[in-house]
Amino acid sequence: MTKTITDVICPFCGTLCDDVEVVVSDDGKQLLEVYNACVIGTEKFLHSQSKDRVTRPRMHQPDGSWKEVSYDEAVEYSAQMLAKAKKPLMFGWSSTNCEAQSVGNEIAEITRACCDNTAATCHGTSLIAIQDIGLPSCTLGEIKNRADRVIFWGCNPAHAHPRHMSRYSIFPRGFFTSKGQMSRKMIVVDPRVTDTAKMADVHLQVEQGKDYELLDALRVAFKGEWLPDVVAGIPKEKIREVADMMKSGRFGIIFFGMGVTQSLGKNHNIDEAIAVTKDLNEYTKFSIMPMRGHYNVTGSGEVFGWQFGFPYSVDLTRGFARYNPGDTSTIDLLIRGEIDAMFTIGSDPGAHFPISAVKQFAHIPSVCVDPHLTPTTGVSKLHVPVAFNGVEVGGNCYRMDNVPIDCRKVVEPPEGMLTDEQFLIKVRDRVRQLKGVA
Amino acid sequence: MATINVNLISGRSIQQGVAIEGGKEKPAYRTAAGIIELDPSDFKKLGAWKNTNVRVTSDYGSVVVKAIETTQGPHPGLGFIPMGPWANAIINPDTYSTGMPTFKGVPVKVDVAMNEPILLGIELVQKLCGVK
Amino acid sequence: MSEYIIKNGNVFDPVQGIKGDKADVAIKDGKIVDKVGSGAKVIDAKGKTVMAGAVEIHAHIAGPKINMGRIYRPEDKLFTCTPTKGIERMGGGASIPTTFKTGYEYAKMGYTTAMEAAMPPLFSRHVHEEIRDTPIIDEGAYPVFGNNWFVLEYLKNQEIENTAAYCAWLLRVTKGYAIKLVNPGGTEAWAWGLNCLSVNDPVPYFDITPAEIIKGLIEANEYLGLPHSMHIHPNNLGNPGCYETTLDTLKLAEGYKAKNKFGREQVMHLTHSQFHSYGGTNWGDFESKAKEITDYVNKNKNITIDTGNVTLDETTTMTADGPFEHHLTGLNNLKWANIDVEVETGSGVVPYIYSPSISVCAIQWAIGLEIALMMKDPMRCYITTDHPNAGPFTRYPRVIKWLMSAKAREAQINAFKHKDKVLSQSSIGTLDREISLYELAQMTRAGPAKSLGLSGMCGGLKPGMDADVAVYNFNPDKPVANPEEIEKAFSRCAHVFKSGVEVITNGEIVSNGNKRTLWVNAKVKDNPQVMRDINEKFLKYYSMTQANYEALGHHFVPNPYALEVDATQV
Repeated sequence: MTKTITDVICPFCGTLCDDVEVVVSDDGKQLLEVYNACVIGTEKFLHSQSKDRVTRPRMHQPDGSWKEVSYDEAVEYSAQMLAKAKKPLMFGWSSTNCEAQSVGNEIAEITRACCDNTAATCHGTSLIAIQDIGLPSCTLGEIKNRADRVIFWGCNPAHAHPRHMSRYSIFPRGFFTSKGQMSRKMIVVDPRVTDTAKMADVHLQVEQGKDYELLDALRVAFKGEWLPDVVAGIPKEKIREVADMMKSGRFGIIFFGMGVTQSLGKNHNIDEAIAVTKDLNEYTKFSIMPMRGHYNVTGSGEVFGWQFGFPYSVDLTRGFARYNPGDTSTIDLLIRGEIDAMFTIGSDPGAHFPISAVKQFAHIPSVCVDPHLTPTTGVSKLHVPVAFNGVEVGGNCYRMDNVPIDCRKVVEPPEGMLTDEQFLIKVRDRVRQLKGVA
Repeated sequence: MATINVNLISGRSIQQGVAIEGGKEKPAYRTAAGIIELDPSDFKKLGAWKNTNVRVTSDYGSVVVKAIETTQGPHPGLGFIPMGPWANAIINPDTYSTGMPTFKGVPVKVDVAMNEPILLGIELVQKLCGVK
Repeated sequence: MSEYIIKNGNVFDPVQGIKGDKADVAIKDGKIVDKVGSGAKVIDAKGKTVMAGAVEIHAHIAGPKINMGRIYRPEDKLFTCTPTKGIERMGGGASIPTTFKTGYEYAKMGYTTAMEAAMPPLFSRHVHEEIRDTPIIDEGAYPVFGNNWFVLEYLKNQEIENTAAYCAWLLRVTKGYAIKLVNPGGTEAWAWGLNCLSVNDPVPYFDITPAEIIKGLIEANEYLGLPHSMHIHPNNLGNPGCYETTLDTLKLAEGYKAKNKFGREQVMHLTHSQFHSYGGTNWGDFESKAKEITDYVNKNKNITIDTGNVTLDETTTMTADGPFEHHLTGLNNLKWANIDVEVETGSGVVPYIYSPSISVCAIQWAIGLEIALMMKDPMRCYITTDHPNAGPFTRYPRVIKWLMSAKAREAQINAFKHKDKVLSQSSIGTLDREISLYELAQMTRAGPAKSLGLSGMCGGLKPGMDADVAVYNFNPDKPVANPEEIEKAFSRCAHVFKSGVEVITNGEIVSNGNKRTLWVNAKVKDNPQVMRDINEKFLKYYSMTQANYEALGHHFVPNPYALEVDATQV
């Protein structure tokens, strides 16, 4: 027979849907069906069942083959690597739970490592902007219940956060928004006519890389001052129309993504978007929210924050925490050749870093903790597969609006596989011995 | 067949999302992310049929991907490669001291490369890094 | 467990009425005992001051807005980092210390229990994660109720029993300690960019007034018989003239008597009263109304207060009073963060510099001290800085110095750029009272413990109570040559025990302790209507499912201590 587990949290993106239902075999060992998740989440749950999963750690041989090793040997290699390195980097953390992140921090503190999460290539520039100007924001339920102006700027939820619009931002009928999408005006700013833009009331097809100018123009339009005929490819009449649409709402929200965090201007783009939001609070109620990518990058930022004081790009090499993006951030550390040991967990820098940064860790001692085969495992010396967080082990995660939700375990991991936390605890204990600390 | 210049951006797509969860070692990943989406007008300038292999080159690198007609256009002058190792072989690694590479807004040249193979994801990274 | 005997100290314990007698304090198995065997470890407290561990009744030390403050203020860590040292984890942050540093800094000052002042229920897991990562000190957290949709709807219909049932449910699922109100009604109004600045301003849509919310939650609190009273941050915080709103708020407690089995006698705790004691009509004629507020509280014994002393530092303000923070960023143009929370509450964060050169800041400083000096009953007035709002909690020793030494106050007044305005707009210059050590123990130990319903457990040195003991390098028999000695002595204890475990020895952290999370488990009669309302709101208005909201597994609260309340027979 089978049993259905409800209120399952999907461990893919920052939307962190928590209404997923999973059907498992009675003995809890097989995951059979997934309901309510989007196609990406469904694939994540179902792929955990694949028969070709790597279930034991393996060392990369010089001839390109892989040799299976025990978890104990993997712990030893990892602990030795971290303990001996002068400037190790512990990167990733975004696809694992807060309990594991916390153990990782203990290891980083003892080994005086640099630690960083995927915000480095995602919303890191948003964090820099927030540190300059602040962040007027709210939880996703506020959008559901109150928002009548929804702007997606430089993001494409139809592809990257597929259930966002149905769960929170466009379709739901909330307390003050009983007409659902009819209660809302949707504005999309994107250089492409994305699938999200196709749904919008207004699509501003901004010239790529000119978001800063357009945001600035909106701030001018709010004040009713002079504008040039065209800004960032958008005619001034359209800019004024959108400005008025934003001011005339009673609760607005700007969701933003990589379109503004990764294109030139970077943190300045976000700074300006937040300034737009602040300005709007002179006329009505407006908030802004970053569309976080990984399902627990926010959690990594929170845990780094309360334990070390900074949300990412943390340098512990002097025995206390230091932070200076551009200096202590992963890409820059790698490209300057400063890292002599790479520990990757809960992310795939091999696929998502510029190749010149990947080259820098492909030939140093390296460990990749990941249930999957990835370009990172492909260039690491040791690959340690672990249980899928959110599927085979539970643990706390933080949604894109910083709300914590405790992921569930729905199915047993393959026989004998460790979880991230279990592996990290063993590494920590061994590192303590090697370093002679309490 | 001519060389065209486009402005390259990279980002998520739902097919890329499904593919990464299905396993980056699989061909589905290459199908989803080893592509460049071009506007029909740029295809015309390129003088190639859609679904042709092309070589995309920037100041930072070069990679072979399949050129497909955009699914989220029109966007003349803009090329889109989903996030992943193909895009990252050529995007601008410079963070300009922000910590963030320039994944979006990279001027690239696109040439037809009909007979050049598109590597699988892990294979591509290993090759570029000189790892077996 | 170990036995200890703290010998020959000058003991100050309001619970037993000990006013500086030279006495021994014996510890065994985590508790204060009458005597211990000859094998007990001896702590020499000769020439030192011995008190129970202090109790922090209101500070913002764990949760989403605190962490927002940490994350968005990297500059708060400049020059304030402490390295890893043996068992001590590294720390950083002046106004918003990291969690490890928070625990260590409180312990060094002899604090052994602290209450997180405002927990947004949707974020309770975050609050508990931070509490768990704060070493040594026991902590609890107050969920906020004053802008909660369930509460607004039930109280509109005057359904006290339903309100009480909902409060009991929420305390249980969030592992919360008390009923907290912050800017009642006003933070819900802020979700539309509006506010409630008086107790009679109706909340948009919900059409209930703050006065009705306040009275209703007093009644719900007493219906349940909770260990603490309702704990309120009134409307109109921080505005010139706000003292009138404060008096209106305080008057709502008239006629109510405390009902509980924990020794609590108040029905209302007014927090950070300094911020609520302003007269004048603008920043120019801004003046202290500390006298008006303390006159009222002195006469009305069913109220307790804490001070909210301004320490004249650069700090970070953070509060669930969202509209106030927006107002503050309008005044000082420093970076503003805001987090509105669906169905429940909101919050805001803005840095602030209390400069001694600004007359308003200097008068605020004066008001906080006036309140402490004009309150007649030290068992009903507790020392806080509303950390970090009026200043970092690490400044408590400085506040203590100002309260115990008129000379120190005078020196500060003379150092103000606008000294004449401070003297004309407040009465600080006329107050020569100096708080005694016994009164200090009342204001920082026995008083807050009693207000919290913890008087059987902490805040005193009576045998049977938890062995939370602080030994200070302060000799009450020697006259104080320089007030700075007071600040120095109270900054770093010689020894601290928490639950009978030695955590500080010779001023150094020697253990991370085994902190507990204090929470209140109130049982009520089954209430199907409230359960149905809860189900419905989760289905329709929350962005999280009810089952996930209720999931607060053991890993969040590894060492819980529940105060049991039985309200089923009401």
